[in-house]
Amino acid sequence: MTAETLGQGFSWFIPGLIFVVFLYGHMRGVRIFEVFVEGAQEGFMMAVKLIPYLIGIYVAIGIFRESGAIDILVALLSPILKVIKAPTDALLLFIVRSLSGPAALSMTMEIFDQHGPDSFIGRLASTMLGSSDTTFYIIAVYFSSVGIRKTRYAIPLGILADFASFAASVYIVRKIFL
Amino acid sequence: MNFIFSFFILSGIIVAAANGRIDVITNAAMTAAGNAVQRAITLIGIVSLWLGIARVAEESGLIDILSRLIAPLFRWLFPSIPKGHPALGCILMNLSANMLGFGNAATPFGLKAMQELQRLNDKPDTATEAMCTFLAINTSSVTIVPATLIALRASAGSKNPSEIVGSVLFATTCSTLAAIVGDIVIRSFCRRRRKF
Repeated sequence: MTAETLGQGFSWFIPGLIFVVFLYGHMRGVRIFEVFVEGAQEGFMMAVKLIPYLIGIYVAIGIFRESGAIDILVALLSPILKVIKAPTDALLLFIVRSLSGPAALSMTMEIFDQHGPDSFIGRLASTMLGSSDTTFYIIAVYFSSVGIRKTRYAIPLGILADFASFAASVYIVRKIFL
Repeated sequence: MNFIFSFFILSGIIVAAANGRIDVITNAAMTAAGNAVQRAITLIGIVSLWLGIARVAEESGLIDILSRLIAPLFRWLFPSIPKGHPALGCILMNLSANMLGFGNAATPFGLKAMQELQRLNDKPDTATEAMCTFLAINTSSVTIVPATLIALRASAGSKNPSEIVGSVLFATTCSTLAAIVGDIVIRSFCRRRRKF
């Protein structure tokens, strides 16, 4: 199966999901429009709260790239990057991903702007963003919400899963799309 | 995150100064800030739309159906939680919402699950095995519908925004499997050490 036919099948995904959600909601007698607006309102507030994150990340990366500092980092990291066969942007995204969700989202959008969503790095960034979560943030919030200070092996285990997601993303994107 | 943020900006300014291109910085910063807000406007539409749909799914009970489907698997993953305990229900709801890509709907269930798990804990300041398992699966992100991602790609002008569903599914399965296997290995290792 080529990447083309694989992708075509998935274009049914979102329309299908929306259809199922609305049909089922209708059958269960949900006041769909009112409930939708309620959720959208929450989404609006969430997106507005994201704006400062976007500005911060865009400015930091913009300065970092335009100044040429990124070329120095690429040169320094090139031995590692050659081994894992991934671009620098992907490595930076991997680090940011486990620390801050909004920052990782902003970084992915920045990658789309620079290289396009259908470039190798664009697809890799998409896969990485979709297959991992804000490990440190979730562990910190969930444990502190119930007053746990000794987290035992939760953090190493989370990091293990992050590495697995990164390695799997690089592998599969190279395999399908290259 | 604070370190990375200041590292990017400070090293950028230092390198530009060293190369005698300090004027680049002002331009880059201003352009980037403007671009960020333009992107944010698109994002407002996408996130609002998606959370609206998510709320309909939640209200209609679609998430309950999914959690009933995956329930048997979870009894096996959390042997320390007694059958019928509310903690299991909360965990199921949390992971089901996560699977459908409704991160926001997931968090309240997740926090509730932690409270329930804490009630089963005899050392209130130390994490239990069930908590570690739960967080490992949670942070490895079991997503089957990366909806926000697809919408983002569409808004960035992708020819086929959904093409990454397959690769995301593969990568998320690998990471979740790694988390589960790692959890089982560490757990049995801890038990053995306590015995001897």
